[in-house]
Amino acid sequence: MFYRAARRLPTSYSSQFLIIKRPEDRILAALAVGVAIFLLPHIASTYALSTLLVPFLIFSISAIGLNLLMGYAGQASLGSGAFMAVGAYASYKLATNVPHIPIVLDFFIGGVAAAAVGIVFGLPSLRMRAFYLAIATLAVQFFIEWLFSKVSWFWNDHASGVVSTPAFSFLGVPIDTPIKGYYFSLAVVALMTLLAVNLTRSHIGRQWMAVRDNETAAQLMGISITKAKLSAFAISSFYCGVAGSLWAFVFLKSLGITSYSIDTSFKIMFMIIIGGIGTIMGSFIGAAFVLIVPILLNMIPATMSLPLSTGVLACLEQIIFGVFIVYFVIVEPQGIVRSVRNLHQKLVAWPLTVNR
Amino acid sequence: MRNISPTGADTIIVDDVSLRFGGVMALTGVSVKVREGEIFAIIGPNGAGKTSLLNCINGFYRPTSGSVALVGADKPSISVSSAARSGLARTFQNLALFRGLSTVENLLLGRNLKMKTNLLQVAMFVGAARREEIEHRAAVEEIVHFLQLQAVRDEPVGQLPYGIQKRIEFGRALASEPRVILLDEPMAGMNQHEKAEMSGFIRSVNDKMKVTFVLIEHDIGVVMGLSDRIAVLDHGEKIAEGTPSEVSANPSVISAYLGVEH
Amino acid sequence: MSLDLQFFFEVLISGLLTGVLYSLVAIGFVLIYKASGVFNFAQGAMVLFAAMTLVGISDLGVNIAVSALLTIVVMVVLAYCVEFFILRRIVNQSQISLFMVTIGLSYILLGLGQLVWGAEVHSLDVGLPVGQFVVGDMFINQFDLSVAAICGLIVLALAYFFQRTRVGLSLRAVADDHQAAISIGVSIRNVWIIVWSVAGVVCLVTGTVWGAKLGVQPALNLVALKAMPVIVLGGLTSIPGAIVGGLIIGPARKLFEVYFGSIIGGATESWVPYVVAIAFLLVRPAGLFGTQELRRI
Repeated sequence: MFYRAARRLPTSYSSQFLIIKRPEDRILAALAVGVAIFLLPHIASTYALSTLLVPFLIFSISAIGLNLLMGYAGQASLGSGAFMAVGAYASYKLATNVPHIPIVLDFFIGGVAAAAVGIVFGLPSLRMRAFYLAIATLAVQFFIEWLFSKVSWFWNDHASGVVSTPAFSFLGVPIDTPIKGYYFSLAVVALMTLLAVNLTRSHIGRQWMAVRDNETAAQLMGISITKAKLSAFAISSFYCGVAGSLWAFVFLKSLGITSYSIDTSFKIMFMIIIGGIGTIMGSFIGAAFVLIVPILLNMIPATMSLPLSTGVLACLEQIIFGVFIVYFVIVEPQGIVRSVRNLHQKLVAWPLTVNR
Repeated sequence: MRNISPTGADTIIVDDVSLRFGGVMALTGVSVKVREGEIFAIIGPNGAGKTSLLNCINGFYRPTSGSVALVGADKPSISVSSAARSGLARTFQNLALFRGLSTVENLLLGRNLKMKTNLLQVAMFVGAARREEIEHRAAVEEIVHFLQLQAVRDEPVGQLPYGIQKRIEFGRALASEPRVILLDEPMAGMNQHEKAEMSGFIRSVNDKMKVTFVLIEHDIGVVMGLSDRIAVLDHGEKIAEGTPSEVSANPSVISAYLGVEH
Repeated sequence: MSLDLQFFFEVLISGLLTGVLYSLVAIGFVLIYKASGVFNFAQGAMVLFAAMTLVGISDLGVNIAVSALLTIVVMVVLAYCVEFFILRRIVNQSQISLFMVTIGLSYILLGLGQLVWGAEVHSLDVGLPVGQFVVGDMFINQFDLSVAAICGLIVLALAYFFQRTRVGLSLRAVADDHQAAISIGVSIRNVWIIVWSVAGVVCLVTGTVWGAKLGVQPALNLVALKAMPVIVLGGLTSIPGAIVGGLIIGPARKLFEVYFGSIIGGATESWVPYVVAIAFLLVRPAGLFGTQELRRI
């Protein structure tokens, strides 16, 4: 009833490239975009903007990055936190030591630096698979954590290991309020999502998926496994690097290695698995889920006036989060995005039923 | 029985190839010459070394001794990528499709070597990248039409019936516009109707596009009707070679398949 | 013996003995991976949970031996729960999904342990000797030596169990090929429960030993991360590999830290083991004793 369910047959190749194929969905998407740009920043409290929406946007970028590597190219990686750190520290060094370059450009260069590091630390993927590769990426994670906590050059030799990041502006507008931070992050997310979607539907994305699905066959067809894997590491690290820079400059307004620890790497991995591995949409859904659930869990005892100590509360939260993870993997192994897609199918056919 | 027997130039030369795995000799002194434009079959009992021979031609295995030459290849020694680049495509005994991708996407991957746009162009998807994508989609569309795969074009191939998957794998080999296609048991698991269809496809491609075929196949009826020449392998050695009628009359072939009376 | 050489040997031996401690954790991993194909990230949490349960029960006044038995019962119950709620529902999923589930499990165990037994550090005394042996001019830690002996006993017990008993044979069958094992009548579920229980007992021993050395505290959970290079180096499917891995990684990290650490800032023990493991993996991608996957086309 809401959709024209009868099949619309494509008449040109270009129409195959549209990101949103059904006109009804395009209206929905336009609405969502409108809300995000015009409505949300004004009705959301500063708290919601700064502790929910901006982190959601920034971590969506990391989640997309990790999804490209793990979901599309099939390469295990537990080092996404480390690549965020590389981007952040690279941007910081550039911002403080090379002031002629606009800081927003530093974010991009920081991402490129992260990509370069990603290529180097992605080399083990040419020799190892699955768990062994995951452990190799853990080495990257620990090494980088160590590097950015011991070598003071990275934070300009300040006495404290945690430094504040310089303020920056974009197109002449200083990004100093939560609303401006939100708009800036939104712009970056929009651009990077578009690039990611293009990549995944191109021959490069197909090569990644071929390597993921059947590496031997891919090699036998003449696909360069080296190029596929290393480009996946490079792009993924680029995304994480940019996200890392945004995390330091837009959200925290400071830089310290603890935000890029192995817990962060795990967090990003949860996002893509719960949201939907191998999908761009899943990265967003997962980021929203992983960031919001702890906050909700925190709010429940307060609203229900349960007399629980903070220690007990922390334990319960940990248990519940663990149960959520187990539940999702068992019930929806392809992520929330699969449920969303099923729902969408049903909606398209409603009030008729879907016979699939 | 084929009426026209191509007498074109040699396109694949397997010269005295032996292949050893640990203590096992998979191939011993096998020599074969495949002519351009012909349909060449390799038959033999299980374990005779047929797939190993194909793997040597493809560059996946390096022979322990002897050599394989693809006429027209840019490099003297065969590697998988150089074989692919000089116009060799193949299918596999156990299906090597990319299960998470759709039919069209699998076929498009067959054209991968022809896609030249780089990462940056692709991310922006304007101009050259867009044109290239459209060009290859058009080419793939013809294969979809030829192999009658329209109904399943956007389905992830992992869920499709076995016979259809085999057809898609054949299509993927076709998509690279090869000079030679190696088929490893293309009819395995098919019923009579599907086998007839597949034979039709192979013959059509061979006639119209002059593609050389090397195929491994167990169904003797299919082999006799489809091929120009046959080589018979047993225990890693070539025991006979010739036209279908020559081979079917050959006593060592008969004993290899049926056993020798003691 | 010169002072330098003597010092080197002391560090080496100390490293070897701590390596054995990591091997203990690694053995638990290998057991579970061999039988259920799951890379059990919750191993560290299980070690901590076992140790906390042991300490918790004995702090209630129960004799230590009885506490140990009760803890074993708890670990068996845990194995049942894991099999019932988790394992039988995730049978055909990808490796990443299985790994994720174990991460979730580790969170559950960590939270549960702290909820029930509290988060303070407990000391654990199980009667293992402390003090130093003196060999020539070198000091060798008695505690570490006893641990090595215990580890040796465990390995022998496990080897006997796997090679000589019927149950052990079924375990090996399941590890080799699930489908084939089912078709000859092996109950995969029972095998999983047994393996997770055995692993649970190994975790108890590990937790006891580590707890006696470091005190039973939440940081014990991190031994899992420390043991990973050992597992990967030895090969995921090999118990001898776990031991050899520990014997390589243990001294390597100690020696590196002692001799090079001060030059580059110290605290290198977090990543050196991983780098060592990777170096070996580059030469043998499936670990020293692991089985290489054959690629058939």
